[in-house]
Amino acid sequence: MRATLRLVWVLPALVLVGVFVYLPLVQNLQFSTLKWDIYSGSQEYVGLDNYAKLVDDPVFWSSLGNNALYAVVSIVFQVFGALLLAALIESIGSERWRRGLRAVYFIPSAISLTVAGLLFYFVYEPNLGPLNHALQAVGLGEFAQAWLGQESTAMPAIIAMSQWQGFGYSTLLFAVAIQRIPSEIYGAAAIDGVGPIRRFVHVTVPLVREMTGLMAIVTISGAFQVFNEVMVMTAGGPNNSTQVLGTWLYRSGFVRNNFGYAAAVATVLFVITLGIAVAQLWVTRRRRVEW
Amino acid sequence: MVTRLSFLAVIARVFMWAFLLALAVVVVYPLLWMTLNGFKTNAELFGDPFALPLHWSFDNYQKAWNRGVSDYLTTSVLVTLTSTVATVFVSAWAAYGLTRVNVPLNRTLTAAILGGLMLAPTVALVPLVKMFQAMGLYNTFWALLILYTAFRVPFTTFLIRAYMIDLPREVDEAAEMDGAGRWTAFWRIILPMCKPILTSTVLLHILFTWNEYLFAMIFTSGTGVQTLPVGLTSLMSKHGTEYPVVFAGMVIAALPVVLLFFLGQRYIVKGLADGVGK
Repeated sequence: MRATLRLVWVLPALVLVGVFVYLPLVQNLQFSTLKWDIYSGSQEYVGLDNYAKLVDDPVFWSSLGNNALYAVVSIVFQVFGALLLAALIESIGSERWRRGLRAVYFIPSAISLTVAGLLFYFVYEPNLGPLNHALQAVGLGEFAQAWLGQESTAMPAIIAMSQWQGFGYSTLLFAVAIQRIPSEIYGAAAIDGVGPIRRFVHVTVPLVREMTGLMAIVTISGAFQVFNEVMVMTAGGPNNSTQVLGTWLYRSGFVRNNFGYAAAVATVLFVITLGIAVAQLWVTRRRRVEW
Repeated sequence: MVTRLSFLAVIARVFMWAFLLALAVVVVYPLLWMTLNGFKTNAELFGDPFALPLHWSFDNYQKAWNRGVSDYLTTSVLVTLTSTVATVFVSAWAAYGLTRVNVPLNRTLTAAILGGLMLAPTVALVPLVKMFQAMGLYNTFWALLILYTAFRVPFTTFLIRAYMIDLPREVDEAAEMDGAGRWTAFWRIILPMCKPILTSTVLLHILFTWNEYLFAMIFTSGTGVQTLPVGLTSLMSKHGTEYPVVFAGMVIAALPVVLLFFLGQRYIVKGLADGVGK
């Protein structure tokens, strides 16, 4: 009896997570087998039809491709770029400058993706946006264009905004990881006459490996959950060229009233994020063994 | 030898600083542009996007405020405060149970709660909408409060649990000898000792809630229940031709979290660093 009573401590958390996180997950699988019109309330069991449609849907594949592109670019900038940048910052002698730069780079991550997305909607705007004006000012006027209005440039423009918004976050975390490296190690490297580049490659990179692995996973996982910035800047257009799984799910369900299909897209998203989460567990476990 | 080396070193140093400062300009300029545009008129904005405002007036800020931003701000503050209290309390409560009380099935329950971290909110979206409609909570303040709490409890519990594990056992024994019950030990002894991690989790939760968009967009539609991120997009679609008003609204939305970051930088960094290994 007393043991059961002790469950009171975990009960609120368990109920919240169980009802609002796990239960919907299970229901989603069930919904993905329905043809479901939420307004008329009609539901019809269609088996795996929604998944079959998914495979034949070119927008689904291009959404998946856009997510993958997001992941690749984010890895380059927010994992490798951020690591390099953090090492550069931490090599500065003055603590005030280090702290100042880390903070400045982080600001875009503190403001919401909505504000950042709206801001860049204006930055990319063909007539008033500073991007085109800047190109004209430096004599590259022929490159001025409606960045978000064309299929070829819209996705790269959104991804570029995301890098601006997110790189300070990972830079900050790499900076923390670098600070945790014992200073004697760098001291020993200095005595051996190791230059800054070799020091980075042979000391910093191996010693922040766990953080690099975790950041890679966090970044990839984030890239497959992208929603906000696309919704705010293009809502998936023009002509579905900036659709990602999250926005395609939203559009299929909430705009086109095809909730069974949206649930099937959600299942794909679930399988991908679960795979990434398993990889994450594996990385953390390996780290624990090494310690 | 020092002087011969230093020539190359100086060049490298100049390049490094040029790069770091250029990057800072790239980060800061759009934000500065946004803030300045909040002071301009439409004609000025379209005339020369790089120019400073001709006269500094808070007209646009006032207009934005009166056209809904004050409502969105109130909702955001309310949702943020209540969900912060709920999330941190439920999480600390669970963390205490998992680390300092001999809860049965401890490992399984820990895995069950922390496992929620792996699931993306997008995946649960369709069933959640149906569930909240059935409960009559769709388009209410409660929908956001519940969702923000439920989806952030795993992460927050993870952070607090990791901290509580490392608190010495003697504290609990001393409390027991003084005749303190579980509740007293939790409330009067353990929680105060957890103050640093609680500060981190509070700040991280505020950053999250203030900026959250997916749930806010799908679960609310009326002005009275919309938070700032969603409200801003409404402001944009309703007053899309008056860009300076939209810019003013964006500044009002961004300012509180930027200030919060500068004030609580140390705790936010610590929370992020501890939490990224979730």
